[in-house]
Amino acid sequence: MAKHRGRGIASINYPIGMNLGGDPSQALVHSNPSGKFTVSLSSIDLGQGMKSVTRQICAETLGVPVEDVYVDTADSDTGPHCMGSFASRGTHRVGNAVMAAAKEARGVMMEAAAEELEVNAADLETDGRGTIHVKGAPHRSISTKDVAIAAQFKQGKTISGRGIFLVPLSEVNPETGEMSPATCYAHACLVAEVEVDDETGEVAMVRMDSAYELGRALNPRLVEQQLVGGAWMGISHALFETPEPYYPDPAHGPRDFVEYLMPGPGDICPHDIAVLERPAADGPFGAKGPGEMCANPVLPAVANAIFNAVGVRMDELPITPEKVLRAIKAQGGARPQARR
Amino acid sequence: MTKTALQFRHNGRDVALFVDGGVNLLVALRESIGDMTPKFGCGQGGCGACSVLIDGELHLSCLTLAETVNGRAVETLDGLKDGPNLHPLQRAFMEQFAAQCGYCTPGMLMAAKALLDRNPSPSRAEVIEAISGNICRCTGYEPIINAVLAAASGGRARA
Repeated sequence: MAKHRGRGIASINYPIGMNLGGDPSQALVHSNPSGKFTVSLSSIDLGQGMKSVTRQICAETLGVPVEDVYVDTADSDTGPHCMGSFASRGTHRVGNAVMAAAKEARGVMMEAAAEELEVNAADLETDGRGTIHVKGAPHRSISTKDVAIAAQFKQGKTISGRGIFLVPLSEVNPETGEMSPATCYAHACLVAEVEVDDETGEVAMVRMDSAYELGRALNPRLVEQQLVGGAWMGISHALFETPEPYYPDPAHGPRDFVEYLMPGPGDICPHDIAVLERPAADGPFGAKGPGEMCANPVLPAVANAIFNAVGVRMDELPITPEKVLRAIKAQGGARPQARR
Repeated sequence: MTKTALQFRHNGRDVALFVDGGVNLLVALRESIGDMTPKFGCGQGGCGACSVLIDGELHLSCLTLAETVNGRAVETLDGLKDGPNLHPLQRAFMEQFAAQCGYCTPGMLMAAKALLDRNPSPSRAEVIEAISGNICRCTGYEPIINAVLAAASGGRARA
């Protein structure tokens, strides 16, 4: 009876969003008389950071400080339509919609500023700090706040913009069924090292090393946060979580957090991540988005590592100690594979 | 139903309330006092989201009968910051990106405070042990562990 180390690898291509009905999302951007901007979305941020990222995208497109932008996702009845927060589509789809809306709002803002400064709007630029000035003549300037006040109370203009992002419908080849389900793909590769106890069937994570290519990382710290947390979820799906441990009879399923197992802080392992940035042609500022794929490569890599450690092919999730033990028993003992 | 009179210190302030017999401390804090910082996760001690300190010791408020805190001092996340100033642990959680959805965060912070109060410079293993009763669905724990270690070393640097 012994513990065996094994190493496994997995690579994935991950489509960003989907192609059902063009997978659209909308955004509305408007200025308040204070010169601050509100982005209205129906998209939901459940902790992944979409509000931060769309705020950055809006501020960058408008040319105003990020503090001057507020993202409102409060109400899907009053907000513009969104397909939802899934399929890793938030940054790409919603980000593109926000960018389009902010571009339109910026056009009105520059027109309003041009009227106040008595110049051509094409000769104006934003400094990103809340001021609009004539190109090459920074002293000929007006604050975005004064532009908002003038638009509201003098010119009678709404500084606002509408945005939608819709993926062009992919033609389906009637002969082969071939189509293009997504417009851009993220990529990842992960190496997992595990230790399998051939007496108990327990699998302990030893370490992970991964590389993710996800377009431009618009907010590197949030990307890192999601990759670290998502890898935990991958470990959880690979080794712990199941709502149906005794499928097909659900009567013995877990009923609460005591029985529905998840890794605790003692079950994680060191994880080194490399983020590679290859901007996507149709992404907002080149972004694709990390999203779901941060969990995906962990599962096959862990299964491969278990094979490498004890020579059993696990094809059902989660890979519980019971399943590992049965498989080892069925093949007459652990058969460690060659390590490369 | 019979009500029981109850007095205790809640984040340094004396409170008096009537509770139904058998009511747990989490319900008393949230529904009678209006302190919503301890969270209801599982209601049976499996997740740690409801963690509070009673006389400085870490307890699961969902498994604590409200009547048992009579005359004692209860600390929740609501009492952690000093006016507008965040507690060093809260600052470290922000700086280390140790929250995503945030639901486990109050319990994590109280578990971390209980640790640092009795052991100002814990090892990584001691931090893991201290938060092992708290489940987090988003972060993978790594940023939380790093935040507690950062707050601990930050405290040492100031001393």
